[in-house]
Amino acid sequence: MKLTLRIWRQKNATAKGNFETYQMDNVSPRMAFLEMLDALNKKLVEEDKDPVAFDHDCREGICGSCGMFINGHPHGPVPAITTCHLSMRFFKDGDTIWIEPWRAKPFPVIKDLIVDRKAFDTIMIAGGFISVNAGAAPEANSILVPKTKSDMAFDTAICIGCGACVAACKNASAMLFVSAKISQYALLPQGRVEAKERVRKMVEKMDEAGFGNCSNTGACEAECPKEIKLVDIARLRREFIKAF
Amino acid sequence: MSKILFSSITKKLVMALAGLFLLTFLPVHLFINLMLLKSDPGPFNTAAHFMATFPLIRIMEIVLFVAIFVHISWGIFIQIKNWLARPVGYVSANKSETSFFSRFMIWTGATILTFFVLHWFNFYFIKIGLVPGNAEDFYSVAHKLFKIPAYDIIYLTCFAILGFHLYHAFFSAFQTIGLSTSFWSPVLKVIATIYAIVIPACFALILITLWLFR
Amino acid sequence: MGKLVSKIPDGPLRNKWTNYKSSVKLVSPANKKKLEIIVIGTGLSGAGASSSLGELGYNVKTFCYQDSPRRAHSVAAQGGINAAKNYQNDGDSTFRLFYDMIKGGDFRAREANVYRAAEVSNQVIDHYTALGVPFARDYGGTLDTRSFGGVQVSRTFYSKGQTGQQCLLGVYSSLNRQIKKGNVTMYPRREMLDLVLIDGKARGIIARNLVTGEIERHSAHAVVLATGGYGTIYFLSTLAVNSNASAVWKAHKKGAFFANPSFIQIHPTSVPQLNEFQAKLTLMSESLRNDGRIWVPKLKGDKRPGNEIPEEERDYYLERRYPAFGNLVPRDVASRAAKERCDAGYGIGDTGLAVNLDFRDAIKKQGKKAIEEKYGNLFNMYKTITGIDSYIEPMQIYPAGHYTMGGLWVDYELMTTIPGLYAIGEANFSDHGANRLGASSLMQCSGDGYFILPVTIGNYLSEEIKVPKITTDKPEFEETEKIVVERLNKFLSIKGRQNAASFHKRLGKIMWDYCGMVRNEEGLKKALGLVRELRDEFWKDLNVPGDSNMVNQELEKAGRVADYFELSELLITDALNRKESCGAHFREEYQTPDGEALRNDEEFAYVAAWEYGGEGKPHILNKEDLKFEEVELKVRSYK
Repeated sequence: MKLTLRIWRQKNATAKGNFETYQMDNVSPRMAFLEMLDALNKKLVEEDKDPVAFDHDCREGICGSCGMFINGHPHGPVPAITTCHLSMRFFKDGDTIWIEPWRAKPFPVIKDLIVDRKAFDTIMIAGGFISVNAGAAPEANSILVPKTKSDMAFDTAICIGCGACVAACKNASAMLFVSAKISQYALLPQGRVEAKERVRKMVEKMDEAGFGNCSNTGACEAECPKEIKLVDIARLRREFIKAF
Repeated sequence: MSKILFSSITKKLVMALAGLFLLTFLPVHLFINLMLLKSDPGPFNTAAHFMATFPLIRIMEIVLFVAIFVHISWGIFIQIKNWLARPVGYVSANKSETSFFSRFMIWTGATILTFFVLHWFNFYFIKIGLVPGNAEDFYSVAHKLFKIPAYDIIYLTCFAILGFHLYHAFFSAFQTIGLSTSFWSPVLKVIATIYAIVIPACFALILITLWLFR
Repeated sequence: MGKLVSKIPDGPLRNKWTNYKSSVKLVSPANKKKLEIIVIGTGLSGAGASSSLGELGYNVKTFCYQDSPRRAHSVAAQGGINAAKNYQNDGDSTFRLFYDMIKGGDFRAREANVYRAAEVSNQVIDHYTALGVPFARDYGGTLDTRSFGGVQVSRTFYSKGQTGQQCLLGVYSSLNRQIKKGNVTMYPRREMLDLVLIDGKARGIIARNLVTGEIERHSAHAVVLATGGYGTIYFLSTLAVNSNASAVWKAHKKGAFFANPSFIQIHPTSVPQLNEFQAKLTLMSESLRNDGRIWVPKLKGDKRPGNEIPEEERDYYLERRYPAFGNLVPRDVASRAAKERCDAGYGIGDTGLAVNLDFRDAIKKQGKKAIEEKYGNLFNMYKTITGIDSYIEPMQIYPAGHYTMGGLWVDYELMTTIPGLYAIGEANFSDHGANRLGASSLMQCSGDGYFILPVTIGNYLSEEIKVPKITTDKPEFEETEKIVVERLNKFLSIKGRQNAASFHKRLGKIMWDYCGMVRNEEGLKKALGLVRELRDEFWKDLNVPGDSNMVNQELEKAGRVADYFELSELLITDALNRKESCGAHFREEYQTPDGEALRNDEEFAYVAAWEYGGEGKPHILNKEDLKFEEVELKVRSYK
C-alpha cells in the first residue's frame, strides 16, 4: 500500500507545532499501525531527521501507553481497540491518514504525539485506592462478593487509563475514566468503607485538573478501547450524590 | 462541603434538576394550548386567568423562572468551561459516534431562549403590564399571531429545535442525576424519544390544525 | 565460591522464614523516617515494595521509565496467580506448591527461597482481595480458581485473561496511597542510567529525565531494582518493547553477580510474526492448550488452509510424543517440539514458522458457546491482530521469548553481591530455577515486593541508621554522572546511518537462532563472533538524531541496545558453560536418544553467578551449589 501521513510535529511543550507530510510506500496490510510508524522512523533516522515521538510500550493493548487521534478517532476508526492493535488492513491504498496527539488542556503535548497524562495519576492518588496495609488484610474468603457484582466490578476495573475518553469527548471530560475506578470500588464491599471520601477527593482533583464537564454525548463510550459504559458515569454521580 | 457544592458534578446536577422541572411544565402548557382548538375563547382564557392568579401557580411561576434562569446560566457557564478544556482543537473532525443532538445543546438551547423572549413579549410581558395589550384575552392574541405566516414558520422551527433539545435533555437529565443503569438506560432512551417527539409535535399540530380547519 | 553467601537461615525448611522474621534486626519507626530507599520499577514487585516500605515509614523514591507507574509490564500477564490456599480441597499445600515449583524449575532453584515464595502466596491473595482486585468468584461469593500447566491441583486465582493487569492496578493503588501520604515520591519518565556506589555500598543512582533530558542524581541508603526481565534481548518477545536490562546490567558492571543468564523461558503459544517490521509477539494464554489441539500437516510444505487438511493428514505431534500429558506438557517442552517440527519443514503459514492450535474438536464436542465463554476475549484479540476467525480456522501460533528465570544473584534477603543493592521480582534469579511454571511469576513478584523485601531490608538498614542523609555532591556521584554523560554523547556523536532498533532486531535474530530454544556449542561460539561483529558495527554505524536535552527515544533505545550487546555475550557464555540440558536451557549435545532433555546433576546442580571481570576481560564464574534437603532430584518426564 501507498499512504500519505499527515503527522503533528512539535519539538517540545512550548514550541509551535505543525503538520508534516510523509509518503509511505510498501506498507503491508499485515503491519500494525505503530509498526508502520516504526518503519517511518527507521527511514527518518537513516535520513538523519528527527523521528516521530510517540508513547508506546506493551504493544498488546493493555498498558495504555499508546494513543493518537487517527482520522477523527482516538485509537483510529476500529472500535474497542488501542492504537497498537490497529492493523493496517483497515486502510486502503492511497489513503491519507491524519495523526494528531490527544487534545485537552490537562494533557499538554510533550513532543509530537506524546502528551502528559499526569492528571490521571493525580486523580488516582487523591483516592483511587482502598486503605489497607500489607499484612492487615483478612482471609480472602472472609469477604464474600456476589459473582454478578464482582463481574461488574471487573468490567470497570479493566480501564487502561489511556485517555481516549478525554480525547474523544467534545468537552475533554475525564468522567468515564473516573467513573471506572469509582464503579469498581463502589461495587465491592471492600471499597464501600471509604466510598464517600474517595468520590469527593477524586472528583475534586478531576475538576482542578481542568477537564470539561460531561454532556452525556456518549463519545467516550464509543471510543473506549475497553468498552467502559456511560452508565458507569451515572453510577459515579449516584456515588457523588450519596457523598453530599 | 463547599467543594462538593461547586464541583462539576453538582453544577450539572443542578442544571439537570432545573431542566427536569422545565420538562414537567411543558405538558401543562400543552394542555392549556389544546383549548386554542375550541372556537370558544372562554376555556382558554379561564385557564390563562387561572394560571395568572391562582396563588400556588404564582409560586410555581417563580420557581419556573428560577429554573429557567438556573438552567440557562449554568448551561452557559458549563459550556464555557467545556470549551476551555480544549484550547487547541483537532484538525480532523471528530468522528466519534455520539448521540447526534447532544453536540448542539448550547445552540438548540440558545434558539429556544430566543423564542422564549419573543413569547414573553407576546404574552407574559402583557400580563405583567410591561407591554400594552389585553391580558384577559390571550386566546385572541394567540390566534392573531398564528395568522402571521412568518410567526408560524418561526414557531414550527423552534418546536422542531425544542424536540432536538428534549431528545437529548430527557435522557441526559436522568443520566446526570444518576438514575440511568444498564437496565433503565435503554428504557429511558425510548421514553425520551417519545417525549421529544410527542410534546413538540402536539404544540405544532395545534397550529397546523388551526391552519387547516379555520 | 567464598564470595557467595546465601544467608539461608538455619532450621527445617518450613520454619526458616518464621525463624528469620523472629530474629531479624528491626529499625525503629523514628529511624525509618530518616532512611531513604530508591526503588526502580513499578511492576508488581517494585510498586509493591514501594508501598509496603512506605507503609512502614521509610522515605521511598520510586522510578519508572513509563509516563505512569500503572504501565509496568506486569500489566500484561494473563493467566493468573498461584497460591496454596487449598480452597478446592484438592490436597494443595505450601509444600506441594513449593515442590511443583522446584520440579517445574528442573531443580535449579534455591529451596529456601522457593519455599518462602510459596509460604507468602496466601498472604498475597488476601492482600489483593482486600485491595479490591476483582478475582473471579463462584456463585457463593468465594474466590474461584483454575488449573494451570504442569500441576495437578487447581490453585490459580484469576481475573479472566487479565490477572496481571488487575494485580498491577492493585499495587498501583497501594502505591498511590503512599504517594498521597508523602511516604513515596514518584519519579515517572526517568530512566536509571547507572548505580552509584560509595565505599562499596549502593548509595544512589544517576537517572535521565526522559522529558527534559536532564541528568539527575538521586541518593538513598539502599537501592532496590525491580526492573523485570530481559526477554527483549530476542527483539521479538512477549515483553513490552521498551523493557530492558540496562539497570541490572549497570548494577552488574558495578559488582552485582549475574546468575543463570541463559535461563530464558520460551512461551509456546504466541501469535507468530506477521511482517518484517513486527515489533513484538503477542502472547496467547497457555490456558488455550486445555482445549486446543496442536498439529502440523504430515506433508512437508502443505500450503492448504488448516481446515481443508483431512484428519489423517494431520500430525498431532505433542499427543504423539507425550501421550500422558499431550497438549498440556510444560512450556519448554511444547516450545521445543514446535521448533523441531518447523525446522524439519512441517511449519505452516507464509514463513513456515508456525503450527496450528485447533479448536475444531473442542467446538464440536462442547459447542461454540462453551469455547466462547472460556476464551472469547483471546479469540477476539487473535482476530484483531491477524484477522483470522479461530472458531472457523485453526489459530497459528509459534513460541516466543517470554520470561527470564535468570537475573541478578541475590541471597535469601534478596540482596545482591553489592551491599545495599537489592533485586526483586523477575530481576533476580532466585525462585524459578531453569523453567517457570505458569502463574507463579505474579505470585513471586508480589511476595517479594509486599512481604519479603520490606522485612529483609531492615536487617541491612538497621546498621545504617547512623548514616545521615546522603548528599549528591559527593565525588562518586560526580564521577558516575560524568561517565553517563560521556556515553550519551558517544551515541550522539557516532552519526552513522542505522537506527538502534535495526541493530536490536539483528542482535535478536542471532540470539534467537543460536541461543534460543535449542543451543549447541558450535552455534553458541558462532553467535559469540556474530554478536561481537555486530556490536562493532553498532558503535560505528549507529545514528541517533537530535540531542540529549530533549525527548529522544532513539537515544533511550541506543543505550538499551548497547547494554544488550554486552549481556548477549554473557548469556552465550553461560549457555556454553552449562553442559547439560535443563528446563528452558536445551543443549543439543545433551539429550536422550528420543530427544528429551538430559540433566547433569553431578556437575551442574549449581547457580552460575557471573562476576564482571572488567572492560574487555572475561567474566568470572562463581558457583553456588544447590543443596536439596527436602526434595529428591528426579528426571522430569511428561511421557
